[in-house]
Amino acid sequence: MAPKVPPQPTLEQSSTAAEAGHGHAHHAPPKGILRWLLTTNHKEIGTLYLIFSLTMFFIGGIFALVVRLELFQPGLQFVRPEFFNQMTTMHGLIMVFAAVMPAFTGLANWMIPLQIGAPDMALPRLNNFSFWLLPVAFCLLLSTLLMPGGGPNFGWTFYAPLSTTYAPPSTTFFILSLHIAGISSILGAINIIATILNMRAPGMRLMDMPLFVWTWLITAFLLIAVMPVLAGVITMMLMDINFGTSFFNAAGGGDPVLFQHLFWFFGHPEVYIMILPAFGIVSAIIPTFSRKRLFGYASMVYAVAAIAILSFVVWGHHMFAVGMPLVGQLFFMYATMLIAVPTGVKVFNWVATMFRGSISFEPPMLFALAFVVQFTIGGFSGLMLAIAPADFQYHDTYFVVAHFHYVLVPGAIFAILAGAYYWLPKWTGHYPNERLSQWHFWLSVIGVNLTFFPMHFSGLAGMPRRIPDYALQFADFNLASSLGAFIFGFSQLLFVALIVLCVRGGKKAPAQAWGDYATDLEWSVPSPAPLHTFETPPTFERPAH
Amino acid sequence: MSRNESEVREAGVRRTVWRTVAALVGMFAFAFALVPMYDAFCRLTGINGKVDTTAQAIVNEEVDESRMVTVQFITRNGTGLPWRMEAETRQVRLHPGQTSEIYFTFSNQSGAESWGRAVPSVSPSKATRHVRKTSCFCFEEQQLQAGERIELPLVFQLARDLPPEVHTVTLVYTLYPVEGRHQPLQAEVQTKQGEEA
Repeated sequence: MAPKVPPQPTLEQSSTAAEAGHGHAHHAPPKGILRWLLTTNHKEIGTLYLIFSLTMFFIGGIFALVVRLELFQPGLQFVRPEFFNQMTTMHGLIMVFAAVMPAFTGLANWMIPLQIGAPDMALPRLNNFSFWLLPVAFCLLLSTLLMPGGGPNFGWTFYAPLSTTYAPPSTTFFILSLHIAGISSILGAINIIATILNMRAPGMRLMDMPLFVWTWLITAFLLIAVMPVLAGVITMMLMDINFGTSFFNAAGGGDPVLFQHLFWFFGHPEVYIMILPAFGIVSAIIPTFSRKRLFGYASMVYAVAAIAILSFVVWGHHMFAVGMPLVGQLFFMYATMLIAVPTGVKVFNWVATMFRGSISFEPPMLFALAFVVQFTIGGFSGLMLAIAPADFQYHDTYFVVAHFHYVLVPGAIFAILAGAYYWLPKWTGHYPNERLSQWHFWLSVIGVNLTFFPMHFSGLAGMPRRIPDYALQFADFNLASSLGAFIFGFSQLLFVALIVLCVRGGKKAPAQAWGDYATDLEWSVPSPAPLHTFETPPTFERPAH
Repeated sequence: MSRNESEVREAGVRRTVWRTVAALVGMFAFAFALVPMYDAFCRLTGINGKVDTTAQAIVNEEVDESRMVTVQFITRNGTGLPWRMEAETRQVRLHPGQTSEIYFTFSNQSGAESWGRAVPSVSPSKATRHVRKTSCFCFEEQQLQAGERIELPLVFQLARDLPPEVHTVTLVYTLYPVEGRHQPLQAEVQTKQGEEA
């Protein structure tokens, strides 16, 4: 899909950034589908990102439910092992690259210009291009399921030679789709960095920015640093498969272990890309509903930066079982454990913010609180996995599955849901339905824990991951996990209903929708936020300390 | 905002974009630079059991008779090569400093000639740098005619400075097919013969 943007509407919309404050009249945007195809407005592109991500969340969720359905009972009931492998792989790929990452980019598009008092993103047309690359990339990826030989079946980590010598013929399409998705993330990151560094309201220093903006700035730097490495790795795969090179082929002098080093050099910062913006969202929500200022703002910023820097030197902890000299194991083990320190600072600060606060439990706060508790559980199991000798036992078991789902589902996904509930009044002008949100929250919490908590036990008992069948002693844990997965999956339909209801009507929200303690700039514009905001830069007033 | 301020802002955006693009290009190049860096690092440290595939001289040093080390030989067949490879013995016990010669049998079990290569690896990796090979079939590619069977030697020595905690060294050889290489090589041989004629 070539980004053929007719100059007329885009020029006018993007020029608002430059000519703001001149009483410039806005022409009506094009009608119908063209409005969305050609839009350069950060709010509309943000909405597109969020809708895309929600759609992909359901597609990836259906793949997860196929996996859980097969694992409901021991033995093979519903799918063949080959298809099961495609489902685990596609679930991981879709959730990482098409659900969680675009959701955060969508929130960034909507909220960063509002939070720093900018009229739009720095590069609005690039913004349109980076969004529309995504549907292309993931239609291509999903289409591999229909190709002869099936879609990718080598796990979302696509280790060579499974993904080169032994891969299905569709792997070249998988590589192309990942390239396109990677370009989209890179362009998004460039745009976010350019916006944050150059478009802040006069008087707003870097250390005045809301934490969501800070965490996204650091995330964008991580993206710039590691997405090209991913692009390099998949390019090497492409050449190994199609052009006879031997990067990862021992027969030609290459090394399959090199693949794992390169992949995890990208992959570990990638997992922080999926969690740092979540920290920012939670750091906005907890002070609002505790009716206090955030405890330790500066230490929060430094902690995020420290986590980001450490994320580059811990990739080896994914490879303890591959074979590594003792010094290497010790280094990666201690470096990994060191990450617990800045993460602990963050959790401490969130708890300290709530300490003696006047807390109320509106839906965003419920999800944020659940995030803090459950993300910490995922953090602790991460510490267990960091212990190299213990990892030999846990490696490639359901304990690992439990760990990373705890940091990604009740971690990243809950933070995205919390952010959606928090900013829905700003987006739609209405509060989300309270009773329905409560149902959504409690069903999600129960579903998520019923799904993933038993996986700790089945993993410690030795159940291997990515296998469609299992020994009889794991039957009860898997029954619980599958039940929980279906509860969690179907309760997300409530979220869709909630959004539809919230767009159509509901209790009207004022500009400061969540009271006096939500002081960031987005609450100074009316609810719903008009299409064009801050054309005249606001004057930023530093809150009195 | 005045015209001037918006120009300053645009210049700032342009600068940021060029810097991030430069960083992107740098990181993409870095990903490819990691490949030779990784190889060099592994060869220097012996991590991954990557062995120097060039002959080394036997060092005449006194045999350390105070300790014995078990050396095991494992041969594996990679996919796609119809060969069998066997070591004359599964393991030997020797002193560090002692030179040893082990014969390996290669047999082509198919009806067509083919080229193969045995890729060596040493475990534990800390022993890698202390294995000195004077002669090894793994230094070069082998050609076997249909049904041919050959014996090739491995001459090696364990250095005396082998870490004392290493009691067993395993040498692994994995056979891989060398594809598409025999035709040009053969052509070369033929031209040489032609020239001689």
